[in-house]
Amino acid sequence: MSTFSAAIPGKPDYLSDGYGLKSWLLTRDHKRIALLYLASITLFFFLGGVFALLIRLELLTPAGDLVSSETYNKLFTMHGLIMVFFFLIPSIPAVLGNFLIPLMIGARDLAFPRLNLLSWYIYVVGGIFTLTAAIAGGVDTGWTFYTPYSSTYSNSHVVLTALGVFITGFSSILTGLNFVVTIHKMRAPGLTWFRLPLFVWAHYATSLIMILGTPVLAISIVLVFLERVFRIGVFDPRIGGDPLLFQHLFWFYSHPAVYIMILPSMGVVSEIITCFSRKRIFGYNFVAFSSVAIAVLGFLVWGHHMFVSGQSVAASVIFSALSFLVAIPSAIKVFNWTATLYRGSISFQTPMLYAFGFIGLFTMGGMTGLFLATLGLDIHVHDTYFIIAHFHYIMVGGAVMGYLGGIHFWWPKISGRLYPEWWGRVAAVLVFIGFNLTFFPQFILGYLGMPRRYHAYPEEFQVLNVMSTAGASILGVGYLLPLVYLTWSMRYGPRAGPNPFGAKGLEWETSSPPPTENFVVMPVVDEEAYAYAVKKSPSHV
Amino acid sequence: MTAVTFPLFPDQASSNAGSVDAIYGLMVLLTVFFSVAIFLAIAFFAIKYHRKSEDEVPPEIHGSLALEITWSVIPLAIVAVIFILGAKIYIAASRPPADAATVYVVARQWMWKVQHPEGNSEINELHLPIDRPVKLVMTSEDVIHDFFVPAFRMKKDVLPGRYTQEWFTPTRLGRYHLFCSQYCGTNHSRMIGWVEVMEPSDFERWLKGSARTESMAAVGERLFARFHCGSCHGDGGSAPRLAGLSGRPDEAHLREAILHPARAGAKGAMPTYQGQMSETELLQLIAYVRTLFPEVPR
Repeated sequence: MSTFSAAIPGKPDYLSDGYGLKSWLLTRDHKRIALLYLASITLFFFLGGVFALLIRLELLTPAGDLVSSETYNKLFTMHGLIMVFFFLIPSIPAVLGNFLIPLMIGARDLAFPRLNLLSWYIYVVGGIFTLTAAIAGGVDTGWTFYTPYSSTYSNSHVVLTALGVFITGFSSILTGLNFVVTIHKMRAPGLTWFRLPLFVWAHYATSLIMILGTPVLAISIVLVFLERVFRIGVFDPRIGGDPLLFQHLFWFYSHPAVYIMILPSMGVVSEIITCFSRKRIFGYNFVAFSSVAIAVLGFLVWGHHMFVSGQSVAASVIFSALSFLVAIPSAIKVFNWTATLYRGSISFQTPMLYAFGFIGLFTMGGMTGLFLATLGLDIHVHDTYFIIAHFHYIMVGGAVMGYLGGIHFWWPKISGRLYPEWWGRVAAVLVFIGFNLTFFPQFILGYLGMPRRYHAYPEEFQVLNVMSTAGASILGVGYLLPLVYLTWSMRYGPRAGPNPFGAKGLEWETSSPPPTENFVVMPVVDEEAYAYAVKKSPSHV
Repeated sequence: MTAVTFPLFPDQASSNAGSVDAIYGLMVLLTVFFSVAIFLAIAFFAIKYHRKSEDEVPPEIHGSLALEITWSVIPLAIVAVIFILGAKIYIAASRPPADAATVYVVARQWMWKVQHPEGNSEINELHLPIDRPVKLVMTSEDVIHDFFVPAFRMKKDVLPGRYTQEWFTPTRLGRYHLFCSQYCGTNHSRMIGWVEVMEPSDFERWLKGSARTESMAAVGERLFARFHCGSCHGDGGSAPRLAGLSGRPDEAHLREAILHPARAGAKGAMPTYQGQMSETELLQLIAYVRTLFPEVPR
């Protein structure tokens, strides 16, 4: 199939197809839009990271002495909002999904290229609203916007921030819509559903959540807006509202949103594990359908955020049972990835290190999620640092490890250059060590009873907090390194060739970086996904 | 507690703490077992099957239905057991025993006001006798708070506009942290206090010695008169005489009946008292009304 890869002289790759600002800001090429997203989410990631760093510095000592309580509350609110809505949710779908889905299914672009560009602009406008709110003085409600604090009592910029999140939601809805239509209608001849890379399956499941869940978040935000601005009683009991209603609406979206963050990462891990063990994925159908099962079950478990909220006992028991069920498809994935290694040909390049890191941290995150689904135990650990540790194991240990693994894996395809392998491994190890040192002590802190969102804390919690802050500084270095060497490699890295890792999949059949039209000759698929054993990787350079 | 010790568990100071710690221990064991098993499997495969030459082609393996069923059914069975164990603790924690003493809590930004039926009130402190079950009936005057005592392994959100409950039996003497664990604004991290568990005799002395006025019910009786409740609910009134009804309604029902009579099912023309009394006054009135009923829960 190496016939697709021949770059025709005079046909530019997508990076050299125009250099002006206009050629980027008005592009309809999914690959360029992916890079627009890459630049913007990287900006937000490091901004959210600075907030995290300030939080950790404040918590180095028990007294609230570095910043005021108002400032501290704004720091953790902005950290959560930016990381969730402006980094994690768009991260893999909008960058890697955007770049790779058309390439993986043998299409020239997404189904709606203009809509794709519009999605990015909507994201940017939402980001500007939220940044404006931050500069104007910030918001202090927590990223969860719990009522009636957010709708009545907070004196910070709730409306402006909420508008930013509301607007950005539409970017996510449109991206999901674009992916679903593209995956249904634009697959290459011969590329049946069960020949799709699992990355595409994961994005299909993610897109369903984006389309079905995000409107509910938008509705909840509008209701907070109506109550705050026009005093229409929805959530505040003093004007006839119900404060728990907000939590139901918010978590109906925001629990599935966790799966928006983790499912694409699982898709990335499936691609990396197969490539670096040169094996077909073990139990393809089970891994594929477990993504769909997680997406569907994810909509039925929101009440597990409300076990101590005053929700009825019957509701809590049902939500607990359903939450335990999510463990099964998650476990199926972990077991199948592990089994894929059996009798493989395993190499330990940077993306594989991230994939191993993902499996380890996701397993920890998933298992500690079971602690929280356990009703009697949740009473104690709810709203403590235990929960902070748990969701960072999923959303940073899981989602961000997968994102970085994916960025490294497809970097040669995106940039046409190889990143420095040694530095890649150093960064991966630093991230893993720094992450564990930051967040593992927080499990113990939480069980000891330290509540989340505390600006000052009793002295007996200090030792563990110091460990956590020390870990955060290592983690910070681990995240800065790729920013430096990946930027460096765009100019100075050796040329990659179409398929430097000997990987399977249509994206590796075209040149690196791919031409604007993706393929010179449109591909026809005649084999299963991950057919590593069928013949020797042909285009291995 | 000094900086030298490195505890992994908070003090166990309630009848509930042991069972929560037990299930926590079980979960930690399970987590260690599965994490180590997966780590060892990955490490073993990664070493045994590491790439020996660049043109190595491993065999094609599609999967195994038997394995898929095994590693779905075993975790399912395990989580089913954990679910039941956890639900049992939770259900027990939501059902205060009939003989539990009631203490009332009114939260506001950023303090806890505790009201004992005997009339004592305290700020950011809660004094309790050892080995007596106690039920907290809690409400908030503004945003959502949460009454969390790590040593009791117990917390519950405290909401405006309704009562929530939590209960526990303190089993160890001492002073224990009370935290607000639901984010409530600027001084959230300063909305903390102490729960002091005392010998019953010391507690009796404290009740008599600390600043106290009259019992809540006695104050409530005056409120009953001030709001003219008796003109309808008293002799010859148009509404039911409260004393004649069977069974003692709980605080949540009485709150609803006073603030939203129609919603609570009152027929006739009882007006709403929403906004006419403070949360503390409402609790005092309820404490009095409850004394009018025979002591069987409805």
